[in-house]
Formats: sequence, C-alpha cells, structure tokens
Amino acid sequence: MNPVVDKVAGWKEEGKKAALATVVKVERSGPLGPGTSMAISEDGQVVGSVSGGCVEPAVYEEAMAAIESGTPKLLSYGISDDEAFGVGLTCGGVIHIFVERVDW
Amino acid sequence: MSLLARWHALLREQSPVAIATVIEGPEASLGGKLLVTPDDHEGGAGNEDLDRAIVEAARGLLEGGKTETRHFGPRGQRRMEDVAVFVQSFAPPPKMYVFGAIDFASAVARIGKFLGYRVIVCDARAVFATRDRFPSADEVVVAWPDEFLKTAEVDGRSVICVLTHDPKFDVPVLKAALDTEAGYIGAMGSRRTHNNRTARLKEEGVSEKQLGRVSSPIGLDIGSRTPEETAVAIAAEVIAFRTGHTGGRLTERSGPIHAPDPDVADSPDAEDARREAAGAARDSR
Repeated sequence: MNPVVDKVAGWKEEGKKAALATVVKVERSGPLGPGTSMAISEDGQVVGSVSGGCVEPAVYEEAMAAIESGTPKLLSYGISDDEAFGVGLTCGGVIHIFVERVDW
Repeated sequence: MSLLARWHALLREQSPVAIATVIEGPEASLGGKLLVTPDDHEGGAGNEDLDRAIVEAARGLLEGGKTETRHFGPRGQRRMEDVAVFVQSFAPPPKMYVFGAIDFASAVARIGKFLGYRVIVCDARAVFATRDRFPSADEVVVAWPDEFLKTAEVDGRSVICVLTHDPKFDVPVLKAALDTEAGYIGAMGSRRTHNNRTARLKEEGVSEKQLGRVSSPIGLDIGSRTPEETAVAIAAEVIAFRTGHTGGRLTERSGPIHAPDPDVADSPDAEDARREAAGAARDSR
C-alpha cells in the first residue's frame, strides 16, 4: 500500500483538507524518481518526501498555499545560484514537483 | 465514492490503476485528474476528446507499469505540446519465481521481497519447499518446476531464477521459461554445470539466440560466496538487466548516474523506437 495515498484517504475521511506534492520530472541527477510524493494536511501533518530533504520545507509552504487557494502549481527546484535563497538541490539536478489541493 | 477513495481501494486490493494529472496546460484543464483502470475510468481533464486521449495513453503506460509525462493538444491531439499530463502507474508488484528450495533460494526470496517483488518459490521436493524454510516468500509451491511455470502468470516484468543446478529440473524449467515473456531469466551453477546445461538445452533444440536470454551463471561478478552475498549479486544483475546497465563501479566511469534523459524518453519518436525495439525483441525469440 502506498503510504501517502493511504494517509490522504484517511485525512479525507476525517474531513481534513490536504495537498499532494508529486515529483513529475527529474533532470540530470535527482534523489527520488517521478511518482514519488508527499502530502500535507491542513493541520500540518506530513507524510512522504520529494527529495533527500533539500526542498521539503519550501514544498510544505507551497502546499499550505495550495490548500488555501485551491490553485495547483508546477514547481521547479534546481541548484541554487545564490546561496542566500537556500532552496535547492546539492546533487546538481532539477526536480519538478506538481502541488495540488486534494479536491477529488 | 470519490476518485481518491477508489484509488485507495484499488491500491489496497493490488489492482492495476493509473492516475493521470494535467500538470501544464490551459486553465480549464490544469489540475484535471483521471483514474484509469484496464476496464474503465473516472474524472476528467476539461473535454471529452482530451479525456479519451489521456485514457488511451494511460492504459498503455499502465500495461508496462510505466510512469511518464505525455503531451497533447488542447483537444487531445497527438504531436502537440499544449497540455502536459503526468501519468503514474500503480501496477501490482512484479513477480519473482525462484526454482529450487535451497539455502540460496531463501536469501534470494528475501532480497526479492526487499525489492518489492511478489516472490514465489517452487520445488518438486515437499521436504524442502516448506513455509518454515521460506517465511518471506509470498507463495511456496510443491510442484515440478516446468509444469508449474507453464500455468503461472509471467509477463515482461517477471524475474525467473533457476537455482536447482540439477539438469533434471533445470533443463525443462529453462525451456518453459524461454516460452514466456519474462524480463529476466537466470540459472545458477558452476562453469561445469553451466556448460553441461547449455549442451543439454541445445540438444533439446534451444537456439543460441534463445540461450542468450538466460543469464548463466547467474549474477554479477562480485566474488559472492554465502547465500546472502550471492543473493545480492543476483538482485544487482536483475536491476542492471532491467535498466540496461552493465554493473561496474560508478567510481570507474563518468557521466550521469541515472540515465536516460527523460526529455528524450518523452518524445513520440522515442516511444515509436521503443515499440519497434520491443517488437524486434519479441520476434527474435
């Protein structure tokens, strides 16, 4: 059983809103392949992951925004050129993540 | 039942299901979701033409257990790029058939489970093929390997490991294995066993080309001795075979670790080429 789908289905039964973030594309090197996913509930619970931990905090924020707005979004994370912005992959790859509110 | 509830239920019963999501495209379609099974579908992406194209693509990908992004026109047209649809296949776990209920088989069954296979161990000898000896296997079958294999479900994702290293069992089960679409066929044995087995298979009318499908002696050359080490060598070969890698040390080569480039794999031409290659592989058997 896919633990992310399992958890999201449970949240839905409890009447909790949630967002699903799925890796849809990996360019060059990346830790987890397409289809890997992470879900976030409106009360801040998290299941699964989308990278080796590099971008999860940023995806968490985007997921919360998606729960609020209902607008899906395709995100891309790559090597951060500016260290100050912090969010990026150390492995040199680019991952594309689709974030959507669970409305279905 | 919501799409999510149905998805959850299908995963629970290990039925094949693909989930297609519009990740790029016109606003009316963006975020559109379809649940696709071999027999039906639900949900939608904005219009019926697009839905039809997505369902067809998703079924094809589901059959091969593939997860990929496909592109269409706004009304499902091929060779257009306006709409990007991410299709994720949730296929039932692939099967690993292990013949020969020896100690090596126990380690191979364990690593097969670890890799996500549904593991079936089969041996004609009831004293060896017991649940107690193979606690990690999904099924333990007492039957003649070749007879069992002829009735078993084998597809392109299936792995067949023949570990009996006794020609009496090996030769018939390998012949039966070569009649299947199994993605990997391996046979254990020393060089001497291998030569003897190969000669016998040839006598039975198996061609050189068919013999080329059998990884024998089984496993990558990592100097394994114990059943556990041997299981690692076999599992590594199974993975390398599937991915088309050769299994050397990463430190001794350059270039990307995870090939191939998904951009290339996504193009319709690459898909056509893959189909042709698959057809050629089938014809060569």
